[in-house]
Amino acid sequence: MIITCPFCGPRDSSEFVYREEGGRTRPDPASTDQAAWNAYVYERVNTAGDHEEIWQHSGGCRSHLRVLRNTVTHKILDVTLARETGKAEKPA
Amino acid sequence: MREYSAYTLLKNALSGNRDWKPAWRKPDPKPSYDVIVIGGGGHGVSTAYYLAKEHGVTNVAVLEKGYLGSGNVGRNTTAVRSNYLLPENHRFYEHSMDLWENLSYDLNYNVMFSQRGCLNLAHTPGQLDEYIRRGNALRHSGIDSELMSVAQIKKLVPALDTSGSARFPILGGVMQWSAGTARHDAVAWGYARGADRRGVDIIENCEVTGFLRDGDQVTGVTTSRGEIRAKKVAVAVAGSTGRVMKLAGIETMPIESQVLQAFVSESLKPILDTVLTFGMGHFYAAQSDKGGLVYGGALDGYNSYAQRGSLPLVEEVHSEMLALFPSFASLRVLRSWGGLCDMSMDGSPIITTGPLPGMYLNAGWCYGGFKATPASGWCFAWTIAKDEPHALNAPFTLDRFQRGILIDDKGQGATPNLH
Repeated sequence: MIITCPFCGPRDSSEFVYREEGGRTRPDPASTDQAAWNAYVYERVNTAGDHEEIWQHSGGCRSHLRVLRNTVTHKILDVTLARETGKAEKPA
Repeated sequence: MREYSAYTLLKNALSGNRDWKPAWRKPDPKPSYDVIVIGGGGHGVSTAYYLAKEHGVTNVAVLEKGYLGSGNVGRNTTAVRSNYLLPENHRFYEHSMDLWENLSYDLNYNVMFSQRGCLNLAHTPGQLDEYIRRGNALRHSGIDSELMSVAQIKKLVPALDTSGSARFPILGGVMQWSAGTARHDAVAWGYARGADRRGVDIIENCEVTGFLRDGDQVTGVTTSRGEIRAKKVAVAVAGSTGRVMKLAGIETMPIESQVLQAFVSESLKPILDTVLTFGMGHFYAAQSDKGGLVYGGALDGYNSYAQRGSLPLVEEVHSEMLALFPSFASLRVLRSWGGLCDMSMDGSPIITTGPLPGMYLNAGWCYGGFKATPASGWCFAWTIAKDEPHALNAPFTLDRFQRGILIDDKGQGATPNLH
């Protein structure tokens, strides 16, 4: 697989580390909602198809990336900086 | 008269081998069954076998999307061992070992179970300490475990680079002599035949496309060969667990599907007569009875349903092999493949009633499901027949994640790609 890093350009996947399934939101650290914490820590959508995930370019610029990748074909559809996604999701 | 014996072999040889029965029938699905098992892999067919044999439940169908044994049971690295750290795992995997030891006789089918031992190599003093701890834990549970010196290891596996100048010098190892290998195809075929002879319908090329529901209650499945109703529906589909559970409206599971690759080399004369694991990375190898080395390494490390891996892992596995066996550099690789692994959040399996009424789930085997095949089926059959887990699989429930009672043998946390 070739992942196109927004900073470094197209690079082999061996330069990157898969971190986790994307689209998950950590509950407020003060929250004592056990179900919400369980869902965040242990539950996964595990999609067969287009899958949002977080990778890190650990062998390059070290940025955290949000990658949209198809888990059936391994085709990479979109790569953006994870922090930009995070900003967009934060309530105003 | 047992179906396979020296006598029947001779008799059929004299009559030109025309009178053998097929190992299992090819029945059409009936409209309803007492139990449907989704998934004709090792765990599915062993579940059906023990339902019939131990609990007298014979009105059972096993539904398989492809052909029997076409998934991970037909292609894995065949290691059978019980050398875990935690007592829940000791009890479960030792039960599996007990069943393995009598399996060929029980099934009247030679599964070629070969107790050639499993040796974990240590390359740092810290790792050796950790192995000693695990060995002691095993011995407390009555499971054999023996610490081996470099001299003993050198004698056992002369091809290993045991010199101090190796890339990762070997400091010792821990051996489970009762571990070994079995012939994976024979395990699937033997269980399938045993289940079939007791009345179980094994229905191949029958893909489940949805679940029939009456409120919450699961009452059957829709398939590519029509609707089939059942009082109980059991799911044993390994890497496809996420996809099948979504058909039942369950959107998330504590499971990620990842790809694991394995490799077979060209045939060699006997050179490795134990199952060997490398400690400074992730590499394990055994030699098959045909002479090929069967070996593998770590997961590729990302979610995948593709049943194929990528090249960086191929390079990593072979570099680890050569760190142990420099002489294998001229060996040619015959074939490689990638399989779907249902990686659970604590690295341990799930054998449970639910999560819906009328449904039973067997999943989360990570990449160690083959050795568990007998105990998995045995415990799952018990759970289905009695609507409650046996003491051996009671710790392996789905709600252990909510309750915080994880069975994390490696202490790795909820990071499936590192288990």
